[in-house]
Amino acid sequence: MITVSDLRKTYQQGSRTITALDGVSLTVPRGSIHGIIGHSGAGKSTLVRCLTLLDRPTSGSVTIDGRELTAVKDSEIRTARRRIGMVFQHANLMDSRTAAQNVAHPLELVKTPKADISSTVARLLDLVGLAGFADAYPSQLSGGQKQRVGIARALASDPDVLLCDEPTSALDPTTTDDILDLIHNLTDTLGLTVLIITHEMNVVKRICDSVSLLEDGRVVEHGRLQDVAAQLDGKLSRALLPLPAHRPGRMPALELLLAGDVASGPVLSDLGRRFDLSINVLAGSVENLADSRFGRLRIEVSELAPVEEMLQYLQSQGVAAKVA
Amino acid sequence: MDFFDQLFTNPGITRALPEEFAATMQMIGISGFFTLLVGLPLGVFLSASAPDGLRPMPLTNKVISGVVVNITRSIPFAILMVSLIPLARLLTGTSIGPVAASVSLSIGAIPFFARLVETSLRDVSSGKIDAALVMGSTRMQVVTKVLLREALPGLIAAFTTTLVTLVGYSAMAGIIGGGGLGRLAYNYGLQRFDTTVMVVVIIIIVLIVQAIQLAGDWAARRVDHRSAATAGSGKRLRRKAAVQVVGS
Ligand SMILES: Nc1ncnc2c1ncn2[C@@H]1O[C@H](COP(=O)(O)OP(=O)(O)OP(=O)(O)O)[C@@H](O)[C@H]1O
Ligand SMILES: [Mg+2]
Repeated sequence: MITVSDLRKTYQQGSRTITALDGVSLTVPRGSIHGIIGHSGAGKSTLVRCLTLLDRPTSGSVTIDGRELTAVKDSEIRTARRRIGMVFQHANLMDSRTAAQNVAHPLELVKTPKADISSTVARLLDLVGLAGFADAYPSQLSGGQKQRVGIARALASDPDVLLCDEPTSALDPTTTDDILDLIHNLTDTLGLTVLIITHEMNVVKRICDSVSLLEDGRVVEHGRLQDVAAQLDGKLSRALLPLPAHRPGRMPALELLLAGDVASGPVLSDLGRRFDLSINVLAGSVENLADSRFGRLRIEVSELAPVEEMLQYLQSQGVAAKVA
Repeated sequence: MDFFDQLFTNPGITRALPEEFAATMQMIGISGFFTLLVGLPLGVFLSASAPDGLRPMPLTNKVISGVVVNITRSIPFAILMVSLIPLARLLTGTSIGPVAASVSLSIGAIPFFARLVETSLRDVSSGKIDAALVMGSTRMQVVTKVLLREALPGLIAAFTTTLVTLVGYSAMAGIIGGGGLGRLAYNYGLQRFDTTVMVVVIIIIVLIVQAIQLAGDWAARRVDHRSAATAGSGKRLRRKAAVQVVGS
């Protein structure tokens, strides 16, 4: 379990004080995957650097599985870090080491016996699907393969927590999906707690159990994927279920958010029949998130339609709706 | 007498050359050794103590950096060498000969090499250093296992350049008492107008430089795995791996 509470980080640039993190709090339950999403400059990298103590936070605390990292003395940081595995955007492998030697690197640091190293490395490379590539240098691997080596290396010290800083931002869509699925499977098989930093909503959709939206160093929205997606006016919900660009009609328009079972039901035809209306769909987006179905629709109805009553009816059916 | 007959009869070549060649090699060897011994740690220190380095020490860095820059850039080597004669006498007991000359050669080359080391180390991406720190490396382990290892091709190239520079410096040192090929060229070529000795010395110096450069390039290429084309046995390996994938 990862607990971050009221984390602040300021940088001094001459006379200016830059607040990169402005009181960030979050909790990631054991065995789950939490996404942190935010635009460039939101403070994502700063947050990761504070979590690994590459930078000391200005105030606030970081606790991993009951151990408060921010309270650890400088001399004990190294031991504390070994319980965190970290995956980077550009893998950051050593070019002078083969795939196997890269994975062995964290083990060498604690003087693991040679035989143990080679069996652990073989097992990890197999786990990430690179059994045949032990002797390949990073320059001989594709971006996705490098990232797999990076993941194997992050797992070498048998960490409880995996931190991923934009792990797929440098990869093409197919490779992105492969890497995300790998991280997902590893989370299940190894019981890892994963924090994944990203600016791609696709990453959140595909593997995250919960998500936080970071803006200007602050968490402005957070929650389980199914909960944030169900917010009609939520920023995350809009990013998860974006309405494609469309031309506004001349008739009154409603925006509907359907979550769960209701998203699979005949909501629109029921609505049309009940009020004896024809309904025109302007734009919509439907997704499967966290094993349930979500949809956001913008519909157009006749000028004479009883909008207030319709909204009330939709509410009673468990559909969030408003006049768009 | 024609040039080729001279090669076997001119005492400047038959008698003096082997001795002076040995003296030159001795100067390059001794000063190369000490340059490596002192310049490498100095370069590591310069890179690690930089404001964005592994262990920032802005003030110390500025001072040492200033000294290094002044020795390499401001003071002409000939003047530096003359000014270091008392130090050479103190350290070696004599102010002439290849061993004494090696003192000023080393002091001239150390800052030059340290600068090149610093530049090579700076080229190692900060992401690799972060990765090593997060996996629990000490700063010393970052230096030995990441910085020096990842920068090795550049370090070898830097040392090669330094040795080539030392060949040039040693010729100058020869004239003011160091001995070696420089003195030979000066004594015979300039003072006796003996063109044959001059030409032979030039050829030998060119060959020494070429040999150093070739050996350096070869060694750098051997340890360079940064691109697939230079990754040693890479071509073979990749083909083998591809076959395995198809086969499995
Ligand atoms: N070392 C530093 N010194 C001064 N300011 C910094 C430093 N590091 C980060 N910042 C500032 O902190 C803010 C957050 O930066 P950060 O790198 O965490 O953003 P990010 O969310 O990772 O962005 P991106 O998606 O572009 O990587 C920015 O305004 C940045 O300018
Ligand atoms: Mg960033």
